[in-house]
Amino acid sequence: MSGPLSGNEAVAYAMKQINPDVMGAFPITPSTEIPEYFAQFVADGEVNTEYVVVESEHSSMSVCIAAQAAGARAVCATSSCGLALMYELLYVAASSRLPITLACVNRALSGPININHDYSDSMGARDSGWIQIYAENNQEAYDNFIMAMPIGETPEIRLPVMACMDGFITSHAVENIDLLETDVVREFVGEYDPEHYLLKKENPLAVGPYDLSPFYMEHKVLEAEAMKAAKARILEVAAEFEKISGRHYGLFEEYRMEDAELALVLMGSTAGTAKAAVDKLREDGVKAGLIKVRVFRPFPGEELARALAATKAVAVMDKSEGFSANGGPLFAETRSALYDLKNRPYLIDIVYGLGGRDITVQGFETIFARLAQITATGETGPVYVHMGQRSKED
Amino acid sequence: MASNDMVEIRWHGRGGQGAKMACMLLADVAGLQGKFVQGFPEYGPERMGAPITAFNRISEKRCNIHSFIYEPDYVAVVDETLLDSIDVTAGLKADGSIIINTPVAPEEMRPRLRGWTGKICTIDARRISEEILGSNRPNTPMLAAVVKVSGVLETERFLTDIEESFKHKFANKPQLIEGNMTTLKKSIEEVQVG
Repeated sequence: MSGPLSGNEAVAYAMKQINPDVMGAFPITPSTEIPEYFAQFVADGEVNTEYVVVESEHSSMSVCIAAQAAGARAVCATSSCGLALMYELLYVAASSRLPITLACVNRALSGPININHDYSDSMGARDSGWIQIYAENNQEAYDNFIMAMPIGETPEIRLPVMACMDGFITSHAVENIDLLETDVVREFVGEYDPEHYLLKKENPLAVGPYDLSPFYMEHKVLEAEAMKAAKARILEVAAEFEKISGRHYGLFEEYRMEDAELALVLMGSTAGTAKAAVDKLREDGVKAGLIKVRVFRPFPGEELARALAATKAVAVMDKSEGFSANGGPLFAETRSALYDLKNRPYLIDIVYGLGGRDITVQGFETIFARLAQITATGETGPVYVHMGQRSKED
Repeated sequence: MASNDMVEIRWHGRGGQGAKMACMLLADVAGLQGKFVQGFPEYGPERMGAPITAFNRISEKRCNIHSFIYEPDYVAVVDETLLDSIDVTAGLKADGSIIINTPVAPEEMRPRLRGWTGKICTIDARRISEEILGSNRPNTPMLAAVVKVSGVLETERFLTDIEESFKHKFANKPQLIEGNMTTLKKSIEEVQVG
């Protein structure tokens, strides 16, 4: 137990405990504090990380790719447009099978320019080949970051990991946290010992060469297989982590789902607020529950379908638009996952909270009331809606 | 929606005045005392002087709610010029209190509070900080006033714990500790409860 920490402090502290070989450092709100705190640890000699200050996020990810290809362990942090500027390199990192760890402090993408939280940044990178793990609070942000390397660096996986937390809501909120002892963290994370790397003199290799069509597709399939295999590895690492922390993690968290008829599927800090609404409705006898998706890539489709099989109506909560004209990204994945169920629940998509618009316990009560109405009438009404839109007169 | 044993505080200030820092310090000290805490800001445009809001939840149980606070038990106004532009008592519970940084007495503030009929407390945080610290840094005296008025922490223990926190925070500037401690004590003495 320590004093309270913000999400950014907690992740910077996890980085200090891990003591990575290289950090590619470039600031952007709201992730800026992570390289700031870490720079202090470097200056104070508490870590021996090579702290590489660069001129853009394109370069910070390039630094991580080069370092990891050379056989080192590399980390960085970014948000929003910073992640967008890394976009090309995200694919290079994943396809080169370099298990870099990125702290993604989620923030709305421009434009209009906005510094607050939604998932438009990391959802845009959902097809880049990175494992994505999302945190509800500072504790989970810290824990997820510590679990990232044992997941990504596993030889059968070798994929980079994006450990995501909600900008400001988690990154800048001071809350209680349980920290692990540094030697426990170091032992858990272990040494990065890749079989092949750029500077291995017995067997030097090239990284990132041109791939002709007779081989390109094989490489992509290997990458896809690694992503599928990551599900089992994430659960293994979670089980090992529970032994050192006492904290349990799965691919998603089921909250009061045992006999739930009305359910939400959502991500991040919002889940905490929704849990309070579920508790309140349960007191009134409503069979409400929720599923908080922790791992978005790989997407736990089969597991999610099983968890929702007995529900009657489900609202998927998307905190990014996606502009598919067919619902947000979490909805698309969830609806696809439920297709093979014999008796599917009614399913609606509620896009909410874009650019940091707040959602309250009462807001969730309204959503559950709508689910109850859908169950009673058998009419879903509009399937894909935006919550709390002001009218033209407002 | 807060349970009965939870205290919710909303801070109003302007960017650069340290309202967020006061909010974080309160969370820090309450956390050290074994309470479950949240301290978080809401930023508008990122610039000096722009209105900002910050929030505290302090409770005996972990709070998972991560929305802003709409029905606070206490409201702290670090800059009284905000009273003209922001409805600071919006949602403030009828048995709650507002604590304002101003040289005037509590009852003189009432006409500026848009019909607020509950308790008003005032503290001349600007004068206290200028006299003791030599500059206008109203956040530490405001913090002490909030602790005193709300009773969320016992004042003697608050002073002991925050001194420890300052020793850590001002490790490179120990000359700031004594002034800030004097400021806190002075504010606890002077805060006027209307």
